[in-house]
Amino acid sequence: MSFFMLVKINNFIISCIVVFIPFFPITIHASPDINYIIKDDSILNSRNDLTGDPYKGRELVRDRNKGNCLACHQLPIPEDAFHGTIGPSLHKISLRLTEAQIRLRVTDMKQINPISIMPGYFRSPEKITRISPLYENCTILSAQEVEDIVSYLVTLKSDPFESPL
Amino acid sequence: MSIFNQLLSAFFSRLFFLYILSVTASQAELVSGYEFSSEQAKEFQDDDFQNPGFLLIEQGLNVYNKIGDNDQLCSNCHGLNGDQFIPKSIAQFPKYHDILQKPVTLRDQIQHCWVSRLDNFSLEYDDPELLALETLVRNKAYGEKVNVNISGKIKPYYEAGKAFYFTRFGQMDMNCAQCHDIYTGKMLRGQKLSQGHTNGFPLYRLESQKMINLPQRLRECFRSLRAETFEQDSKEFRDLEIYLNARGNGLKIETPAVRY
Ligand code: HEC
Ligand code: HEC
Repeated sequence: MSFFMLVKINNFIISCIVVFIPFFPITIHASPDINYIIKDDSILNSRNDLTGDPYKGRELVRDRNKGNCLACHQLPIPEDAFHGTIGPSLHKISLRLTEAQIRLRVTDMKQINPISIMPGYFRSPEKITRISPLYENCTILSAQEVEDIVSYLVTLKSDPFESPL
Repeated sequence: MSIFNQLLSAFFSRLFFLYILSVTASQAELVSGYEFSSEQAKEFQDDDFQNPGFLLIEQGLNVYNKIGDNDQLCSNCHGLNGDQFIPKSIAQFPKYHDILQKPVTLRDQIQHCWVSRLDNFSLEYDDPELLALETLVRNKAYGEKVNVNISGKIKPYYEAGKAFYFTRFGQMDMNCAQCHDIYTGKMLRGQKLSQGHTNGFPLYRLESQKMINLPQRLRECFRSLRAETFEQDSKEFRDLEIYLNARGNGLKIETPAVRY
């Protein structure tokens, strides 16, 4: 590889850092309903100070028409035989991430990793190509449902019966 | 440049190089959906008596032998029971049709003969007779390697299909490559992701318990992405069909396959 190319790649890496880091502390007002403040890699406060219900959250992550998180992640939910392996296991997730970090990941993973396969559960429908008319202008989950799931994930601390739920 | 900088760039360039290598390597290795299927599906596919695709081929033969409105028959050109079809040629679809001045899928070609040679009314795009004929004809190339030519006039259509493949669609906001290139082999709940090849089409789906053609499968992928689908005979799905087939160039045709 030529010297020129090395410089190019080096520049590329530097420009990634320069371009992506200032991206984080931004406010999103994509659609009138969706506004939250991203700070670093977190969303600090739930919208309108909603309180999550972890029991509902546990159902939502299983529900194929809602979170369907089990499609891609393993969770301590023995009733479901099949857990996906596309994403990382979420066992003990709350030892790795804070509540605020989890909130951003469930809200819109693409804010952190623009090429992530994980759907943005509260991502602005305006950013989406060819949404089915059935879901026009809808997010996958409501703000309350996101909070329910976040409050469930926060309980995942230790194996094997990590969650008291 | 400081020493540190040089080391850094050398490290990253190597990393980059390895990455390119791994990408090209993974692209070179084509694996049929068969290898990702359950034992049950494999058994079903391998047993001609159990495989429901062969029932449809029987029905396809009835249609094949039906006299057209101008007293012509498919067999006038393609032999008794289609034994004069040339496997190598079947395996080249979709291909650019010089007279029609556009790419044609195998379905289009059958439709074209049906209308222009037999003088019949054209078949609906998801007509069971068309599906039966396509299964019959494609099966004649069983074991032949898919061989779509993507140079020349078909090139822009191929490129459009490729761009489509990498476009994210629907509320799930995913593209085809994410499931079928990046996470191949991983589990989506109980379903193992395959490379999404087309060498088995038309195929029998265990899930819906029926034979389907490729656009019908694409529509189902679209539904699961919660995306507004395209028509079965839309330009978008045709272009995608060209890309998908060419992407599997070298794979052996398995029609009628059995898949989840
Ligand atoms: C289609 C696949 C898919 C679905 C469905 C999905 N995820 Fe993910 N998730 C991923 C992937 C892949 C990652 C790895 C990070 C990335 O891709 O950027 C991830 C990462 C995460 C992380 C960060 C994990 C860590 O260790 O940093 C959390 C938390 C998470 N997902 C929660 C959820 C929840 C909760 C749901 C359902 C409401 C869900 N995911 C649904 C694919 C998915
Ligand atoms: C959420 C993940 C996901 C996405 C995104 C997705 N598919 Fe699929 N696809 C599947 C699953 C699961 C199957 C069935 C199992 C298998 O063969 O992989 C499948 C099957 C297929 C098959 C049949 C493969 C065979 O061997 O029979 C084709 C072809 C295909 N998909 C093409 C596409 C195309 C084209 C797109 C984009 C429009 C797409 N898929 C998007 C999950 C997905």
